[in-house]
Amino acid sequence: MAEERRQKQCSVVMPTESMKAMAESVGVGQLQEDSCVALSEEVSYRIKEIVQDALKFMHHGKRRKLTTNDIDHALKLKNVEPLYGFQSQEFIPFRFASGGGRELHFYEEKEVDLSDIINTPLPRVPLDVSLKAHWLSIDGVQPAIPENPPPAPKEQQKSEFTEPLKVVKPGQEEEGSIQAKGQGATSAEGLGKEKGSIRIKPRSTHELSVEQQLYYKEITEACVGSCEAKRAEALQSIATDPGLYQMLPRFSTFISEGVRVNVVQNNLALLIYLMRMVKALMDNPTLYLEKYLHELIPAVVTCIVSKQLCLRPDVDNHWALRDFAARLMAQSCKTFSTTNNNIQSRITKTFTKSLLDEKTQWTTRYGCIAGLAELGPDVIKTLIIARLSVEGARIKAVMEGPVVSNIDKIGAEHVQSLLLKHCASVIAKTRPLPDVVDQYRTDYGYLGPMLCSHVVKARAQAALQAQQVNRTTLTITQPRPTLTVSQSTLGVSSGPRTPSIIKVPSSLALMSTRPGTPTQPSPPTTKYIVMATSAGAASTQQVITLSSAQSGSPVTSTVPSTPSTLQPLVKLESSSTAGMSRPLQKYIVVSLPSSSSVDSKGSGVLPASTSPISVEQSVKLERSESPAASTQSPH
Amino acid sequence: MAAVQDGQVESDAEKETKPDASNDVAGNSSGGARSMSPNAASSASGAAKAAAPTGPGEQQTLLAVLQFLKRSKLLESVDILRREAGLSDELDESQTNDGAAAGSASLLRRVSVGGAAATNIAATTTSKGAEDQPDVSIVLSAYSQQGDPALYQVYYSGLKNFIESVLDCHRAELSQLFYPLFVHMYLELVYNNHEHEAKVFFEKFSGDQECYYRDDLRVLSGLTKKEHMKGNETLLDFRTSKFVLRISRDSYQLLKRHLQERQNNQIWLIIQEHLYIDIFDGMPRSKSQIDSMSGSLAGEARREANKAKVYYGLLKEPEIEVPLDDEDDEAENEEGKPKKKKPKKDNLGSKNKKQDPNAPQQNRIPLPELKDSDKLDKIMSMKEATKKIRLGPDTLPSICFYTFLNAYQGLTSVDVTDDSSLIAGGFADSTVRVWSVTPKKLRKVKSAADLNLIDKEADDVLERIMDEKTASESKILYGHSGPVYGISFSPDRNYLLSSSEDGTVRLWSLQTFTCLVGYKGHNYPVWDTQFSPYGYYFVSGGHDRIARLWATDHYQPLRMFAGHLADITCTHFHPNSNYVATGSADRTVRLWDVLNGNCVRIFSGHKGPIHSLAFSPNGKYVASGATDGRVLLWDIGHGLMIGELKGHTDTVYALKFSRDGEILASGSMDGTVRLWDALKAFDVETDDFTAATGHIHLPDNSQELLLGTYMTKSTPVIHLHFTRRNLLLAAGGYNSQ
Repeated sequence: MAEERRQKQCSVVMPTESMKAMAESVGVGQLQEDSCVALSEEVSYRIKEIVQDALKFMHHGKRRKLTTNDIDHALKLKNVEPLYGFQSQEFIPFRFASGGGRELHFYEEKEVDLSDIINTPLPRVPLDVSLKAHWLSIDGVQPAIPENPPPAPKEQQKSEFTEPLKVVKPGQEEEGSIQAKGQGATSAEGLGKEKGSIRIKPRSTHELSVEQQLYYKEITEACVGSCEAKRAEALQSIATDPGLYQMLPRFSTFISEGVRVNVVQNNLALLIYLMRMVKALMDNPTLYLEKYLHELIPAVVTCIVSKQLCLRPDVDNHWALRDFAARLMAQSCKTFSTTNNNIQSRITKTFTKSLLDEKTQWTTRYGCIAGLAELGPDVIKTLIIARLSVEGARIKAVMEGPVVSNIDKIGAEHVQSLLLKHCASVIAKTRPLPDVVDQYRTDYGYLGPMLCSHVVKARAQAALQAQQVNRTTLTITQPRPTLTVSQSTLGVSSGPRTPSIIKVPSSLALMSTRPGTPTQPSPPTTKYIVMATSAGAASTQQVITLSSAQSGSPVTSTVPSTPSTLQPLVKLESSSTAGMSRPLQKYIVVSLPSSSSVDSKGSGVLPASTSPISVEQSVKLERSESPAASTQSPH
Repeated sequence: MAAVQDGQVESDAEKETKPDASNDVAGNSSGGARSMSPNAASSASGAAKAAAPTGPGEQQTLLAVLQFLKRSKLLESVDILRREAGLSDELDESQTNDGAAAGSASLLRRVSVGGAAATNIAATTTSKGAEDQPDVSIVLSAYSQQGDPALYQVYYSGLKNFIESVLDCHRAELSQLFYPLFVHMYLELVYNNHEHEAKVFFEKFSGDQECYYRDDLRVLSGLTKKEHMKGNETLLDFRTSKFVLRISRDSYQLLKRHLQERQNNQIWLIIQEHLYIDIFDGMPRSKSQIDSMSGSLAGEARREANKAKVYYGLLKEPEIEVPLDDEDDEAENEEGKPKKKKPKKDNLGSKNKKQDPNAPQQNRIPLPELKDSDKLDKIMSMKEATKKIRLGPDTLPSICFYTFLNAYQGLTSVDVTDDSSLIAGGFADSTVRVWSVTPKKLRKVKSAADLNLIDKEADDVLERIMDEKTASESKILYGHSGPVYGISFSPDRNYLLSSSEDGTVRLWSLQTFTCLVGYKGHNYPVWDTQFSPYGYYFVSGGHDRIARLWATDHYQPLRMFAGHLADITCTHFHPNSNYVATGSADRTVRLWDVLNGNCVRIFSGHKGPIHSLAFSPNGKYVASGATDGRVLLWDIGHGLMIGELKGHTDTVYALKFSRDGEILASGSMDGTVRLWDALKAFDVETDDFTAATGHIHLPDNSQELLLGTYMTKSTPVIHLHFTRRNLLLAAGGYNSQ
C-alpha cells in the first residue's frame, strides 16, 4: 500500500492551470492546452531534478531541512541564475487561494509601512558562533547534567510504567536497575532477550544521590520558603530541568502531604505554593507524571473544593486558589485523561455530585463550578447552564433574604460572578439573537437580567475581536489576575492584609496568531515575568511582541497608550520543541506601572478568555533547558 | 605527473576473467558485442569517455583523442600524449592522413561494421566531444533497436514468473536481474517514445524492486520523455557502465536455458549489452549475502577489481631519540613500562620496529622530510602516547562534546588537529573559523615592517615574531564564496585546507591567518578534502565525480582519480599516505593508488550515499558510514566486507578509530555517538573460499558489538576525534528546532 502511494507521489506533475497562470503573469495569454501539458511535464521534471540536487546540498550541510539556499546552489550547479532575494531560514508560508475556477498557491508579501520599521526598536544583534564543551560521557557513563538529555526519556518512563513485566533473568535485577538509571542502556536489553528467564517486575530504585538529595532539599525549601525570587527560580527549575525523574515520587509525596497538613491548618499561602509546584511539574516536558496522579489529583481537588482554605475566609482571597487549582485540574484532564483512567469523567462526576447537594457550602460550591467551568464550554452548557435557575434562586435567597453571615454573602457574590463570567461567553455563542431581558429571566431565573447584560457585552467583544482577527490581532482588555501572595500572609494573621492579587493594567494588546479562537489565546504554559518599572518615563506606546511557533513570524504592533503615564512593555517569545504539542515560553518581560496603579482595580468583566498565567515578581529567569537556550536570540 | 591517470580498473582484466562461459555467451563479452552494429557504437563511445575495455580499444581511444586535439590545434598536447602513450608516429600518421576514412583505419574498421558507419561515428564522437557531451546520443542510440513495446510487460513478467518458480537456491541470485532489467527496459521504452507504455511498465513493476533502489527509482519515475534523458548524469552512468552481477554458474545456466527456450530475445539482448555477469563456480549465494553486497549504482564490484595487491601496512616510523628528562624517566619506570609491553601482544596498535611485510616501500611515494619542529612534535606525541588509556569493552573512553552554539544550522564541517589544540569549523556562510581549545591563544605573525625590527639572532625569535595584540581565542577566515563543506588541518598545524561550494580548495596559513592558495580545478562544489598524514599532499573530491590529488606547492593536481559514477562525498588518506579512499553518492567506496592513480579496490554494499570514512590505525581496515545509518567494515587486503554495524537511525557523518584501534566511534545526524567493539568486529574467520570469492556471510551481531550509545540533546554529531590519550572529542552544531 505504501509502495503504491509512493509511486503516485513520484509521478506528480504540475497542474496545467499553474502553467496558464504563470504564462499570464508574464504576459502570455491564451496558451494552448497542448502546450500547457507539454510545459507542465517538462517543468515538473526539471523541478524534480533541481530538488534532487538540492538534497545533496542539504545532506552536505548536515541538515534535515531543505532550505532556499540549497535550491539556489542546485540552480547554480545547472548554470541557472538563482532566485535572488528569496531567502528564508524558516518555512515559507505559502498561501492558498481559489476563485474563478482556479486554485493558486502564492507567497504573500505584505506591504510594510516604513514608519513601523523605523519605530520598532532594533532587534538584538544575533549572537556570534561560540564553542562550548561538556562531558557527553565519563568513562562510559553519561553524566546527568543539563547539557545532556534527560537520563530517562519520557517514553522510557512510560514504558517502564505501562509494561511493568520485563523479562529479566533471576539474579540480574541489578542490571535492570542500572538500566532504570539510564546507564548502559543496551547491555541490559541484550541480556533480557536471553532464554530461560522468568518474568519479574524490575525493582525500581529510587535512591537519590547526595547531589539529588541536596537539590531536593533546596528546591522544596525554596518552594515553600519566604523568598519569592528564590521560589521563582525553584519553580523554574522544576518546570524545565530534565533530570528530575528520580525525584518525582518524592515531590509528589511532598505535595500530597503538604496539602493534607495545610488544609487542616488553613494555611492558604502554602497551599498556593504547593499548587504552583504542581503546575511546574506538569510543565516539565521530560516528566511522565501519570504514575503519580493518584497523589497529585486528590491534592489539587482538595484545593478546589475544600470548605475552608484559609483562616479568615471573609478577607483572604482563597477564590483565586480555587480558580488556579481548577485550571490545573482542567489541564491535567486534558493531558492525562485516557479511556483507561477516565480522569475527566470521574472528576466531572465528583464535582457534579457536590454541586447537586443542597447542603454544600458556598466555598465548595464555588470550587465545583469553577472546576466544571474550566473543563470547557460543553461541560458548562450541559451541567452549569442547566442549573442556572436553581443556583440563581439560591443566590437570591442569600442576597435578598434575611441577613445571614457575611461569609455566606461573599460566597454567594463570588459564585454569582463566576457563573456570569463562564455562562455569558457560552451563551453568547450558542443562543440566537436577540437578547431580551425578559426572555433571559424566564430561562435563567434570578440571574437572567445580569446574564443578559453580560451576554450583550460578550457579543460586542466577540464582534470586536472578529474584526481584529482579520488583522491577526486581538485586544485583551484585562488579563486574568493570578496568584501572587504577598509576604504578609505568611506571618501571623494580624493586621490588615493587602489584596493579594496583582492586576495587570487594562488594555494590553496581544497578538494572536490563531485566528478564529480568540477566546483561548495562549497555551497554558504561558509565563510572565512582571517587572515594576520606574514611574519616570512616559511614552505613548506599548509594544508587544509575540512570536508564536505556529506562525514563525513575529508580529509587532503599536497601540495607543493607556491613560497612565507608564508604558507597559510586554515581550513574549515562544518556541516549540519538536514533538511537543505545547509551545514553550522562553521569557516574557512585563513591566508594570508602579504599585499604586497596580492596585487600581480593572474595570469591567473579566474576559473569559485567558488561561492560567502566573504572574511572578521576578527579575531574572534563566532556563537551562538546553545548551543553547540562553543563546537563542529573538528573531 | 600532470597527465590524467585513468582510473578504470577493468582495463586488461576483462579478457582474463571472462570465463570459459564466453564460448557460449556470445554477447556477454565485448568481443562478441562488436559483431553487432549498435553495440559497436556503444563500445566506441564508451571508449571515448573512459578507458575502453580492451587493449585495442584503448588505443582506439587514444587515436580519437589525438584526432580531437589536432583538430583543436592543441599540437603540444598531441606531442605529449603521443610520447606518454608510446604510440608510433606511423600509426598516428596513417590515422590522421586518411582521416576517418573507412578503409585505412584498421582499428576503426574493427569497431565498425563493414566500415560504412565508421565516418559517421567518428564524426559524431568528435563533434559531440566538442560540446562536452561526448557520447550521450551515441550511448542512447544503443536503445534504437527495439521490440514491440506492448510486449515488454510480457517479457518482464515472463522472466519474473520463471525466476519465482526456480529452486530457492537460485532464486535469490537470479532476482538480482530484476532491477537492471527493469531500468533498461524502462529506458528503452522511454527512448523510443512509448511514453504511455513506459508509464504503465513502471507502475506495474517498480514495486517489485528492492527498497534500497528507491532513490534511483524516484529519479527514474520523473523521467518520461526522450528529451529528459539528455544531460541526466545518473542515466548516463547507467548506460556507460555495465551493471555488474555476480551469479553462480548453475544459476546462470538455468537462466540461459530458459531464455533460449522462450526465444526471449529482448531480455537476452539487454543482458548481453548492458549487464556484466560475473560467473563464479560454487554454491549459489543466499539472499542475505547478496543483499549485503548489492545496492550500488552499478551493481557489485567485479571480483577482479579487488585483486590488485594493496600495501596496507604502515610506514616505518623515523628513528627519533626521545630525550627523556628525569621526571619522565621515573614516570616511565612506574607506569610506562607495563603499558609498553601490552601493545606488543596484539599488533594492532604497536608500531613494530621491523618493516611490515605489507607495508609499501618507504619511498614509494616521495614524502616531505621531517623538519626539526616536526621531530619535536613527534616526541611530544610519543610522550603523550605513553600516557594514553588502554581502551576496551570494559574501559570505554570519556567523551567531551564541543557544541557549536548559535550556528543557526550553518555548521557544515569540523576538524580537530592531531594534538587536539585547535578546532576549525566550516560554515554555510562561507566562513572558516578556528578556535584554540587550549589556554594558548591564537596569534598572528607581525607585519613585515615590524618583523624587520626583530633581533633575528635571539633565542626566542619564534616567540618574538608573534603579535601579542592579535591574540584571541578564535579567528575567522574569509575567502570562500559558498558553504565550506570540507576542512582539514595539516599535521604540523601550520596550514588549514577548506573546500567549498564555490569549487575551490583553499589553503590557509595558521601563522598569518590569511589565504595562501586557491586550488581551482573542480569547478563544481568540492564536498571534501583531506591532508595526507605526512602533510604536503592532499586529496579533494566533489560533484564532478573526480577525486584530485594535489601537492601544496602545485596549483594543478598531481593525480585525478576518475571512476566514480556519482558525486564524491568524502575523501580519506590511508595512514601510510600511499592510498586514498573515496566514498561516493554511487554508494561505493573506492581505494586509489596514489603512485599510479589506479583504482585498487571497489567496495559495494552501502544502500545510500557514503558520508564518512575511517581507516583503522594499523591500516588494515576501513570503515564507511552512509545515509542509510549503517557502518560497514572492510578488509583492505582481501577486499572483503567483514562487518556491518547497525544502530544509527540517520546519516553517519563521523567515524573514528581509537588510537590503538580497539574502539570505533561513530557519530550521526540522529544525535548519538556510538561506540563499537572494533577488535571483536574484525575478528571474523575467513576461509580460503570466502576470501577467494568474497562471499562472506556476515554475522548479525551489531547489538553485541555496540558498547555504548550517548545521546546529545539536539546536536547532530559531525566530527569525532581521539586525542593522543584516547579521550574522544565529538563536535556538532546545536540545532534549536
